[in-house]
Amino acid sequence: MAAVTGTTWTCYDSSTMTSREIYGRTLAELGKTNDRIVGLSADLAKTTAIVHFADAFPDRFFNFGIAEQNMFGAAAGLAKAGLIPFASTMAIFACLRGGEQIRTDICYQNLPVKIIATHAGISFGHAGTTHHCTEDLAVMRSFANMTVIAPADGIETSKAVRACLDIEGPVYIRIGRGFEPPCYENENYDFIPGKAVEMHAGTDLTIICCGIAVLQSVQAAKTLLEQDGLSVRVLNMHTIKPIDKEAVLKAVQDTRRILTIEEHNVVGGLGDAVGSVIAESGKGCVFRKHGIQDEFSLIGYAEDLYAHYGLDANGIISHVRRMMGMEFEADENWEDD
Amino acid sequence: MSIAATEKQRLADLAKELRLNIVDVMTYSGGAHIGGSLSIVEILIMLYFRCLNIRPQEPDWEDRDRLILSKGHAAAGLIPALAMRGYFPLEQLKTFNHFGSPFAMHPDSRKVIGCDASTGSLGHGLPMAVGLGLGARTLKKSFKTVCIMGDGECCEGSVWEAAMALAHFKLTNVITVVDRNRLMIDGGTEEVMALEPFAEKWRSFGFEVLEVNGHDLDQLADAFDRAWSAHDRPVLILANTVKGRGVDFMEGNVKWHYASADSSLAQKARESIGRQEGGI
Repeated sequence: MAAVTGTTWTCYDSSTMTSREIYGRTLAELGKTNDRIVGLSADLAKTTAIVHFADAFPDRFFNFGIAEQNMFGAAAGLAKAGLIPFASTMAIFACLRGGEQIRTDICYQNLPVKIIATHAGISFGHAGTTHHCTEDLAVMRSFANMTVIAPADGIETSKAVRACLDIEGPVYIRIGRGFEPPCYENENYDFIPGKAVEMHAGTDLTIICCGIAVLQSVQAAKTLLEQDGLSVRVLNMHTIKPIDKEAVLKAVQDTRRILTIEEHNVVGGLGDAVGSVIAESGKGCVFRKHGIQDEFSLIGYAEDLYAHYGLDANGIISHVRRMMGMEFEADENWEDD
Repeated sequence: MSIAATEKQRLADLAKELRLNIVDVMTYSGGAHIGGSLSIVEILIMLYFRCLNIRPQEPDWEDRDRLILSKGHAAAGLIPALAMRGYFPLEQLKTFNHFGSPFAMHPDSRKVIGCDASTGSLGHGLPMAVGLGLGARTLKKSFKTVCIMGDGECCEGSVWEAAMALAHFKLTNVITVVDRNRLMIDGGTEEVMALEPFAEKWRSFGFEVLEVNGHDLDQLADAFDRAWSAHDRPVLILANTVKGRGVDFMEGNVKWHYASADSSLAQKARESIGRQEGGI
């Protein structure tokens, strides 16, 4: 496997392993057996890899030019005609430029439009902050009827793309730029939307993460076990909405320390979704949200940004060690400090 | 003269009935976008009672023609027209805007039987029509999609994104109608944000523009017949209308964009509609 070394990451052969490539190829495969699938892009067919579908089914692919509002509105229309549109563009243009069309035309009418948004988070770091997207989880999970998925890697992307066909309403799947290393070794696991996957067993603390943070969290958990003797559970919360409440509550009960990690603003994303479940449970625990701390992300290559924001294994290890020294209120006395 | 006198009288009578129903909705609902509902009365009647291939008893029939009211605020016109066409009882209009009603100021396609799209945020209808046009072509279906927009709505950039796409994809199965009543909330369209040369803009985007008097049933019938058989370029029907048409004290007056009416005002409006000759 060809390897390219980044600052703290190792990036493998992008043509065979990246999430967007796998997405494009999976969709082209699905198109063979489901003639209701149509593909849409807004001048980013190649960039989002939906071009594989376009090449296979030119009559079922529509390029709208650089016009996201029209693309998402048309996706609603195509769904109304009885088709299953897969619309792809960069995450930032999907969630904000086409945001109202997604909210009103697609979600309000509960139409089966599948949005596969690439270049999410800070994966396109060197493009500059205009092209970063640390807001999409917050926006999308606030739309009623929407299912929101952030797969950990290409294998999971493929599973998510297949699974979203069985979800009746709209689905938003966020993936990166396509240089992310694989997390899963093979496809031998159950991907069920709304059900977290335990990637590493543990009883001292639980990391709840999604997207690129899953691989890094697993690596961090392994290192923490070896070096600190800490038993860290890692939950891949690939579905941010509907959130797997059961897995969150079990983690609270079992470990009493919860760290969420997301390539997203800590406002409104995975951390807030998990935090709400915890708060509503009434159970006390040490809880920290790790991600982009409500700032516009810096410019730089993705791997440098991941290191800067502590979204790599080293950063996650530091957070876990800090959290192990924290105590939570075990009793109901709020005046004792 | 493209329609027979008896047919024209039938449509004119229906137009008058729809106007009276719109006034009723204004009173039931506590307020309605009366001006822009009255301006599209003949267009709605022409479509629902002459042009559209629909089955009110089978509202989700997949081969039906679609109508997207992109100027969703004219729900006070669309919804009584659907009732008159038999989708649900006129009696139900009394719930308009009330708690739990399917009917509101803007139409909800999941609640209003016969309504093909939820609209209200302007500039959304034409992109959806693009999708329906592409969908019909992909599925090799012959249904048409008609999209009615307001003229002020054409300030929205998404309208022109969709216009480009209609011409680019040669979607002659989509018929675009603009209700050119020349008024928007804050004043005249040319004062707030000039649209002219409006027809020229559409032509330059690749449309065949049919300019008609939007209250003239003959002209509308001709235009829709022509649009229905378009095969090389998409058609825009530029319907010159009068906002508040049919109620003399509302006609052309921006203050009747949205209004409430007590029983005496509603009675005045009904009397004015009653004085109309036919629907023309």
